[in-house]
Amino acid sequence: MLGLQAFFFYIFAFIAVGGALMVVFARNPVHSVLFLILTFVAAAGLFLLAGAEFLALILIVVYVGAVAILFLFVVMMLDLDLAQAKKGALKYAPFGLIIGLVLLAELVVAGTGSVYQPELAKSTALPMPPLYEMSNIRALGSVLYTRYILFFQLAGLILFVAMVGAIVLTLRHKQGLKRQSIPAQVGRTPATAIEIRKVESGRGI
Amino acid sequence: MMPDMLTSSLSIAAPELILSVGAMILLMIGVFMGEKSSQTVTGLSVAVIIIAALWLILITPLGTGFGGSFVLDPFARFMKILVLVGSAAAVVMSVGFAESERFNRFEFPVLVLLSTTGMMMMVSAGDMIALYLGLELQSLAIYVLAAINRDSVRSTEAGLKYFVLGALSSGMLLYGASMVYGFTGHIEFTAIARVAAESGSSLGLVVGIVFVLAGLAFKISAVPFHMWTPDVYEGAPTPITAFLAGAPKVAAMALLTRFTVQGFEPLSDQWQQVIVFISIASMVFGAFAAIGQHNIKRLMAYSSIAHMGYALVGLAPASVEGVRGVILYMTIYLVMTLGTFAVILAMRRRDGMVEEIDDLAGLSQTNPVMAVFLSVMMLSLAGLPPLAGFIAKYFVFMAAVQAGLWPLAIIGVLASVVGLYYYLRLVKVMWFDEPAEAFVPMAIELRAVLWVTGLIVFPLYIFVGGPIFAAAEAAAKTFF
Repeated sequence: MLGLQAFFFYIFAFIAVGGALMVVFARNPVHSVLFLILTFVAAAGLFLLAGAEFLALILIVVYVGAVAILFLFVVMMLDLDLAQAKKGALKYAPFGLIIGLVLLAELVVAGTGSVYQPELAKSTALPMPPLYEMSNIRALGSVLYTRYILFFQLAGLILFVAMVGAIVLTLRHKQGLKRQSIPAQVGRTPATAIEIRKVESGRGI
Repeated sequence: MMPDMLTSSLSIAAPELILSVGAMILLMIGVFMGEKSSQTVTGLSVAVIIIAALWLILITPLGTGFGGSFVLDPFARFMKILVLVGSAAAVVMSVGFAESERFNRFEFPVLVLLSTTGMMMMVSAGDMIALYLGLELQSLAIYVLAAINRDSVRSTEAGLKYFVLGALSSGMLLYGASMVYGFTGHIEFTAIARVAAESGSSLGLVVGIVFVLAGLAFKISAVPFHMWTPDVYEGAPTPITAFLAGAPKVAAMALLTRFTVQGFEPLSDQWQQVIVFISIASMVFGAFAAIGQHNIKRLMAYSSIAHMGYALVGLAPASVEGVRGVILYMTIYLVMTLGTFAVILAMRRRDGMVEEIDDLAGLSQTNPVMAVFLSVMMLSLAGLPPLAGFIAKYFVFMAAVQAGLWPLAIIGVLASVVGLYYYLRLVKVMWFDEPAEAFVPMAIELRAVLWVTGLIVFPLYIFVGGPIFAAAEAAAKTFF
């Protein structure tokens, strides 16, 4: 059983790392975004293996379903000249390296901190009850609609305001805009839609 | 949570439910009836606010709900009534403006309702998450409202400025809240107070308090987080400025009071310095910066900055008298602000709205009633006895003196003397300058607001003051 899990772990891990590298090295920005989606999916698989199925689903729904598609739109709409953009890239490489190293150091500290200081492990918020008794989604659902119903509804109201606001500030009713009217289309009869003309040969209407 | 507990929680939060469901229904009415529905929606939204207020006063039981996240105590109820009064008056005052400026947006009252829901959640917030969500709901609706006149560069600028700086302040507030959670292990104010009393202060906790205070100070536009206020007040359409100057300030001040006095009462010596500093800075800056203003909306912005400073004087002592002073100050501030904006909204000539102070020249000859009322408002804002504004200042300064904060009270009195100058300048322009072109007659709803608020400022407050004072006293006692 463990062998199967390790097998899938390595498959997903290789796909994730390879995809991430291709995001950077692909020549075509559209391909970059597609590799980004591949990386997200592989990372979702890794989450699933770790027992965090809620995060896995969120990654697919939010990042693949919305964010990556948005990226794809932006990349395809803007006519990017990648060669031009890559010209100065080497100049920023040291900064990128430093930021990468800092991130790596943080990951190492977060991952191994409890080895050197055992009491750290106790201070992290452990999921209650343990994973083998209740799955993530079930645990979230059991408090989201009961203990935290107020926050859930308030967050919903905030999104509602955001939607109303976006419409208020951007929607314009243009004059003379052609709109589809399904009742009008359905309500058409041959009498109003078709006109029969007698056309003499050799002459137009 | 058992179903019956949810029912009892919902009965406590019923006014908020009425507002939010009402807002959605009104939005539907507006969408299906189109632009011509704006008057209907405006009228109905006032009705929704009145129903929510009556429900709050007559039916809603006091208590806590949603596992302690939602608190309805006498303090919350008092402040919520103020918020509802401020919102209802702002919507009522927008009617004439909507007609004359062709500002027919049915979304305006709907967004005011949603923003009011957020304010009521802020007032009732029992923990950090409810605090943040209420604040965001309130702010997000107001960002949209400030920019609602989207074809005007100044309105969009106001909305954008408010949004960017508001997002910054939200970030600070969230950072502070995370520090507080990290160092106490709790998000409920009562639990935080317990931990703070047991284990005292730590550096991380103080950092957290300071960041949360900075975020909240932004919302009440206290110095040094005031930069957005004059531009937003000037740029936003005037009915929205009238809304912005009243109810949100009351709600944010209530939240600040609950956070400091309920959550961190044991650490009052830590946050007291911060409150004293922003209080002094706001009073002094508001007094001096208003002197050079020509636009009456900007003047009111600086005036509101100064008034938030005065209200904070009452918060600094962390005593029953102080909190009572804050409550009374916000009540009287709301009345004075609404009255003043009723006049500003009536500053309309045949060719449109005007908002320069010089446009008020000789108002005593062209429209004596308006001039008398505006003079009363100005003198009351300045804090001259026997007007209501004096009583407000008296209570906060007395609370500071009783707690031994002499410097705060003395600086406050000196700042209000400086403030008297620019309020008196307006009175002088109205009574002694050559008359400018007359305004068109005041709309009936503005006249109603002006008469009610004017008569409360003097002399009605002497008669209604007793019950309000008793209610404020009871409200202040909930924390001690």
